[in-house]
Amino acid sequence: MIAEHLPALVVVVPLAAAPLIVLLRSAALGWALAFAASLFAFGASLALAAEVARAGVISYHLGSWPPPWGIEYRIDALSAFLLVLVSAIGAVVAPYAWRSIAAELPREQHYLYHAVFCLCLAGLLGMTATGDAFNVFVFMEIASLAMYVLIALGRDRRALLASFQYLILGTIGATFYVVGVGLLYLVTGTLNIADMAERLAHDGGTRPVLAALAFITVGLSLKLALFPLHLWLPNAYAYAPSAVTAFLAATATKVSVYVLLRFYFTVFGAGLVLETLPVPEILIGLSIAAIVSASLVALWQADLKRMFAYSSVAQIGYITLGIGLATRDGLTAAVVHLFNHGITKGALFLLIGGIALRAGGAGFERLRGLGRAMPLTSLGITLAGLSLIGVPGTAGFISKWTLVLGAIEAGYWWLAALVVLTSLIAVAYVWRFVEAAYLQAPDARTPPAGEAPFSMLAPSWLLVGACFWFGFDTSFTVESARRAAALMLGGAP
Amino acid sequence: MASAFLHPGLLVVVAGFALALLGGRARAAVALLAPLAALYLILVAPTGVAWSGSWLGFEVKPLAYDPLSRMFGVVFAIMAFAGALFALNQKSRLELPAAFVYAGSAIGAVLAGDLVTLFVCWELMAVGSTLVIWTAGSVTAYRASLRYMAIHLLGGVLLFAGIAGHVAATGSTGFDRMALESPAHWLILAGFLVNAGAPPLSAWLPDAYPEASWSGMVFLSAFTTKTAVYVLLRGFPGTELLIWVGLIMVFYGIVYALLENDMRRILAYSIVNQVGFMVVGIGIGTEMALNGAAAHAFTHIIYKALLLMSAGSVLYATQRRKCTDLGGLFRTMPLTAVCGTIGALAISSFPLTSGFVSKSMISQAAGDEHLLWVWLALAAATAGVFLHAGIKFPWFVFFQKDSGLRPDEPPLNMRLAMLLFAALCIGLGIFYQPLYALLPFSTDYVPYTGSHVVVQLELLLFSGLAFFVMLPMLQRTLTITLDVDWFYRRIAPALVGAGALALRAMGETLGAARDGGVRRIEAAAHALHGPQAILARTWTTGGMAMWAALLLGAYLVVFYL
Repeated sequence: MIAEHLPALVVVVPLAAAPLIVLLRSAALGWALAFAASLFAFGASLALAAEVARAGVISYHLGSWPPPWGIEYRIDALSAFLLVLVSAIGAVVAPYAWRSIAAELPREQHYLYHAVFCLCLAGLLGMTATGDAFNVFVFMEIASLAMYVLIALGRDRRALLASFQYLILGTIGATFYVVGVGLLYLVTGTLNIADMAERLAHDGGTRPVLAALAFITVGLSLKLALFPLHLWLPNAYAYAPSAVTAFLAATATKVSVYVLLRFYFTVFGAGLVLETLPVPEILIGLSIAAIVSASLVALWQADLKRMFAYSSVAQIGYITLGIGLATRDGLTAAVVHLFNHGITKGALFLLIGGIALRAGGAGFERLRGLGRAMPLTSLGITLAGLSLIGVPGTAGFISKWTLVLGAIEAGYWWLAALVVLTSLIAVAYVWRFVEAAYLQAPDARTPPAGEAPFSMLAPSWLLVGACFWFGFDTSFTVESARRAAALMLGGAP
Repeated sequence: MASAFLHPGLLVVVAGFALALLGGRARAAVALLAPLAALYLILVAPTGVAWSGSWLGFEVKPLAYDPLSRMFGVVFAIMAFAGALFALNQKSRLELPAAFVYAGSAIGAVLAGDLVTLFVCWELMAVGSTLVIWTAGSVTAYRASLRYMAIHLLGGVLLFAGIAGHVAATGSTGFDRMALESPAHWLILAGFLVNAGAPPLSAWLPDAYPEASWSGMVFLSAFTTKTAVYVLLRGFPGTELLIWVGLIMVFYGIVYALLENDMRRILAYSIVNQVGFMVVGIGIGTEMALNGAAAHAFTHIIYKALLLMSAGSVLYATQRRKCTDLGGLFRTMPLTAVCGTIGALAISSFPLTSGFVSKSMISQAAGDEHLLWVWLALAAATAGVFLHAGIKFPWFVFFQKDSGLRPDEPPLNMRLAMLLFAALCIGLGIFYQPLYALLPFSTDYVPYTGSHVVVQLELLLFSGLAFFVMLPMLQRTLTITLDVDWFYRRIAPALVGAGALALRAMGETLGAARDGGVRRIEAAAHALHGPQAILARTWTTGGMAMWAALLLGAYLVVFYL
């Protein structure tokens, strides 16, 4: 009974939790509800993923209205994979937020934070689960509005400017997206993604369709922070509350990548996007710029949080590079990296939240001798840093391996070389942390000895462990990504 | 039966982690027993694949035994045991754990049945060995460990790209003989050669190893270069290029060792030289030559470790490392002097030492293949080795003038480690049959023939005579030898992106003219990417929106055209 409604419930439960939390007006109850909702979403996502792996695509008709007329929720290999990532990060961040938020926000705002967090989670899950192009826009707005609020909650006053800039650019992105969807509606007369794809197969490539593709590409590039449209991201990540940074870095841009993949491969079709138009070339060019430029910027940052924010821009470059390769292996690499980078960055930002709690910030001047003051946190950052670099035995290595293999198989030797060489820049910036934490003597600005509370350390280390677990056991990540890539390119899984 | 489940390399790595936590007798027990247990496992394991599995759809064999890998595993385990015994009284608590991670991953690398496992162990080795250097604790050691790490990261990148290309082309991760016909295989070879200390990147070895502690360098001398010899033996036997690479290494080592004053740098250059002999053997590629290269790696690990133990004992007792500051130590350190001399005789391949029974196989192979120039070069190099390592090292350290130093013999555990390896050097020289039985190809080679012994003795005695005749010219002065590492100390950090800090430090210490190029690259990168630069600063909202509009326009134009 409940099982057949899971595609809707995974979105509805966190969505319904939000107003409930506001009504209850209690920090403790709000936290408990948010945690429960995110745990439910995680369980539901796992069940959906298992069902998809067993029986293929799940199509759920909202209110029992059949698809072209009613809204369809459609879970396939790709969206199930993303649902698991987003809800898993949600379930890890929710318990973490209890102490982290208590330290960073005034008490009367706590319940609001938990409510908005649930909204954001519901929005991201909805974008992934829905099979309706306009419904994507609705959930995108829910998630984005929630994000603007979450970022603005940061205690640094610059958080307000960061949130405002993200609001302006996010709205431009969403508007471009909805303009693109409008053009498609004009051509096809439908908003259901599967239906739209079917109709476009007959009259794709006309001018309005190309314009729609351009609008949707730019709109989503803004949302997923592809160079040079990444400029909103570093400040947003740097000044948001720690729990928010971790959640957004691990999920928000990833879901936008998912929507882009959905439009490129399901709606417009690989034939038009990858073969007729020079989209792969543009993507590869922008990806390289993102990887090289953002990595170098990260190298000189004075704040650990901002440094890893720029590193996120670079890592998104690796993901879009995989898409730009336009082959099955390239797409597999992109999807695998969505997940692996999500857990790696999640772990890093959660641990940095611990530093922010103890030291009042994450500037490099506060990190001297941190290895002795906060041994578990420092070790965790170093280990997750290894995954970011792509050291063998970590999830990052699996990403790097599949991406390099994909590049070579697509005939781009020089891209393979670029990927491994730029990972050396990651070595350099992770090394900056190691050097500060372990090789420099503590001074007055180093926090006094003492770890972050257990409720923050445990979720962080769970993700650090995941970075290593998925470095060895790739049956979930790589297999799911392979199936998703096969699905996108229309071949047999 | 346990051999099927336990991985000897992993065992040593885990023991390394345990060592970091233990103290007292338990620490000593783990340090000595873990390598012995690994040795036992390697000796009793049946030939074939012990561990197999699938990784990303590829078949992997993380643990596989064949005669070649078993031979290297055996000597690595023996080495880990003797090194641990020697280092038991090392004050640094982290050096031995790091050395065990290093040794264990080296064992893992030679027992790896596929390229992916090999690469994983390869990288772990780089980390372990860097930590061994780093734990020496001095500022110079820290800097040296960073340079060392940078070179090995670069080697790792080459190897990684090569392996990925190989797997992409063949669909298999198997580690078999490769032909040099695809870029992937060239990259793999380049990655291997970086670790072997081949030119043009030989200099990392004498640059970094002597900065390790008195016990650390004993470990370092054994694993990295010999693992490289092993993978070359397996992947590229009979590649003619390797003959010439090896010969360059042989003479590079000799020339620099003759010029050098620091006793452990002399021995470091001589590692390059000795690995050169092995690489020549691999390049020749006949069964005799490959046997010779493998046997030479085996004996070299033992006598080079012995030499470095005696040098380490001297360093431990006197805190001095330059030949000009030492001399006459045989009076108070007779045991160390005798052991050092035995090692020196073995490296010179004196008859009745282990070096003789292994190196003669390589020369024999060159002769059998009628490679006259190679044979002559090897003969000349044998004399050169005797000059720099066979006589120069013991003469200047233990004999020669009286430096006035009267240090005591090192503690018991260090003496025992030296005695063990000295006994092995002599024992393998006389009873060479067990060594030959371990070789990858069966052989009935007999090293002790009349003509061979006489030729070798003549060669050695005349070069010995030459040493003493030319002694005034060879008298060590206080010099610093410039090597290729000078270039990469200055330039490579920028190339491999070793970090802003290194660049900054360089910018401060160097004159503007000398490194204008580096500074310009750094300045250009910094100007674009530094904290306040155009790519890093916070843009106005309008500026960000402008990019969105520009990009949209660009996409529309491109799509419509």
